[in-house]
Amino acid sequence: MAGKKERSIWVFGDYRDYFENRVTLQLLSRANELAGKIKATVAAVVFGNNVDEWVGEYIAHGARKVYVIEDPALQDYSMETYSILMERLARKHEPEIILVGATTFGREFAPKVAKKLGTGLTADCVGLDINKEGLLVQMAPSFGGNLLAEIVTPVHRPQMSTVRPGTFQEIPHDNQAAGDVIRVPLPRDLPKDRLRVISAKRWEQTGQRLEDAKVVVCGGRGMGSRAKYKKLFELAELLGGEVGATRPVVYSKWVDEEALVGQAGKQVAPEVLFSFGVSGAIQHTAALSEADFIIAVNKNANAAMMKMADVAIVADAGQLCTALIRELKDRIRH
Amino acid sequence: MSDILKLVVCIKQVPAVSELPWDAATGTLKRDLAEGMINPACKHALEAALQLKERHGGRIVVFTMGPPMAEEVLREAMAMGADQGVLLTDRAMAGADTSVTSFTLARAVAGVCPDFDLVMCGNRTIDSETAQVGPQLAEELKIPGAANVHQLTLSGKILRLERLSDNFLETLEMDLPGLVTISTREYFPRYVSMEGIQDTFDKGTILSLGAKDLGLDINLLGSKASPTRILDVYSPTAKKNNVVLKGSPKKIVEELFTRFGDKIGGVIRKDIKKADT
Ligand SMILES: Cc1cc2nc3c(=O)[nH]c(=O)nc-3n(C[C@H](O)[C@H](O)[C@H](O)COP(=O)(O)OP(=O)(O)OC[C@H]3O[C@@H](n4cnc5c(N)ncnc54)[C@H](O)[C@@H]3O)c2cc1C
Ligand SMILES: Nc1ncnc2c1ncn2[C@@H]1O[C@H](COP(=O)(O)O)[C@@H](O)[C@H]1O
Repeated sequence: MAGKKERSIWVFGDYRDYFENRVTLQLLSRANELAGKIKATVAAVVFGNNVDEWVGEYIAHGARKVYVIEDPALQDYSMETYSILMERLARKHEPEIILVGATTFGREFAPKVAKKLGTGLTADCVGLDINKEGLLVQMAPSFGGNLLAEIVTPVHRPQMSTVRPGTFQEIPHDNQAAGDVIRVPLPRDLPKDRLRVISAKRWEQTGQRLEDAKVVVCGGRGMGSRAKYKKLFELAELLGGEVGATRPVVYSKWVDEEALVGQAGKQVAPEVLFSFGVSGAIQHTAALSEADFIIAVNKNANAAMMKMADVAIVADAGQLCTALIRELKDRIRH
Repeated sequence: MSDILKLVVCIKQVPAVSELPWDAATGTLKRDLAEGMINPACKHALEAALQLKERHGGRIVVFTMGPPMAEEVLREAMAMGADQGVLLTDRAMAGADTSVTSFTLARAVAGVCPDFDLVMCGNRTIDSETAQVGPQLAEELKIPGAANVHQLTLSGKILRLERLSDNFLETLEMDLPGLVTISTREYFPRYVSMEGIQDTFDKGTILSLGAKDLGLDINLLGSKASPTRILDVYSPTAKKNNVVLKGSPKKIVEELFTRFGDKIGGVIRKDIKKADT
């Protein structure tokens, strides 16, 4: 830590998918809690064109300072330019911690910035805290969420993490909140972009794919039969979701191989995952690490899948599926 | 410089086991007990490289850093159609975080294939799951990088690529030399038989390199040089406070909606909290 410099925690302002993804606000909230423990101030960093709206939002949600680089040339999210700008700002102001949302962009941007700054980075954290030594403790999942590691960056600065969206709760919008806005001009000596955005279209899901579905209904051998397994399609339709399968189900030809979820199949990232009659072998669960909320049904309360579930339902998978369909139809008709 | 396309693919061996060989006493993963396989996304990256080679001709060199047994994944890659395998193995390299892994890979690539056109990685591994090595390797090599790519078209020294990024479908153009990480959306890997893998033992040797061969100071390698430190590793499933529901299916379903109806309804954008009475 440079002597006189004020300690600060920075949050990268990732606003591209703002209404879908509030991770920047969630990080500002957690940064405020962490800042209390190390006597630091919380700042947001925003690059882009016409970003006033976000600057205001960040202040209203807990940023006491916002560094802004605004220029028409920054209209598109540019991986190369944005990472150079972040490196330069961080070299100048030496933040203690930089937090970046684990969006697709953030998970490519942060490693580049960390490398440029010669510091460490922990990926896709699901928890952050400050320990007795004042170090940032970063909780990072591995092996499909089967293991959690606590990681620190003892010496190198800044300490950097990408953090999974939804990990923290944002602070409610405060219209009275005040913050300093520090405008930094776009440097004139930026290298020519070797990676150019030709087009970036909002992606309309036509015939949604399993890997993109917000709801996934996954069935394993415990569904018992092909006929019972087929009921999962009815459930998925009511939920606007897609159906996945474990390997024995695919081998038994209850469903096409396209539905296979696991290391030999697809990765899924639903907001809600229903898992019916699945034991939870690592080859399957390795593909579930980005499932937010897991509801598992198994007659064996001790199945590995039940232990990683948020809601573990001890029941017959086929019967529970039928009951769920009936109840949903009742409620949705209304 | 010849105009043959020179492709580098970085692959990692990951454990393929039905149960993690987890040593509860020491709190570590017994990696040496696990059987290995090519990390899925790395295999997709190799498939993408093979398709580029089929179209444009060229040469594929596959790199892996790992214990001596990681040679297996290089054999498999060669059976799929790679031309040369390079194994980076040295005790001093063990325990590297992504920063040091990318440093080591970069020095090896720069040493063995300095005139590469394109480096291809998986977007992420299923064991460490960081997705950081690709972007950091691009930084080390001072070349442009693009992650999560699912489609590539090459014309001359320009690579056109497509990827999904936070609900945007992006089309990008990259000047080569460059680096891409490949997602598992497309480029489904071709099948190779065991015999195919056997055959590679006659076909070619694997270049095995240690720190000395690469002229690398061991103080820059492995866990020692890594900026990050692992304090503790545990199995969160053992600690997870999950809600357990039991009883008749009807009762369970009612309770599920009472307690989590808001959550589920929010995701499917329907009000399902109140039953129609
Ligand atoms: C190299 C390799 C790659 C693999 N890749 C994949 C992969 O990509 N995807 C994959 O899924 N697997 C994969 N596997 C297989 C994996 O190891 C498991 O065998 C598989 O996931 C188990 O599927 P399952 O849970 O449906 O079946 P099982 O393990 O047989 O479990 C069935 C579960 O259903 C429960 N059950 C039984 N009857 C009922 C009932 N009436 N009601 C409720 N619950 C019931 C049981 O308690 C049990 O927990 C792979 C294996 C290897 C070696
Ligand atoms: N030890 C390694 N040897 C070779 N390539 C690696 C290694 N570790 C990571 N990679 C590459 O980096 C990608 C992303 O890995 P990770 O950052 O661990 O998720 C992998 O798909 C590989 O292409």
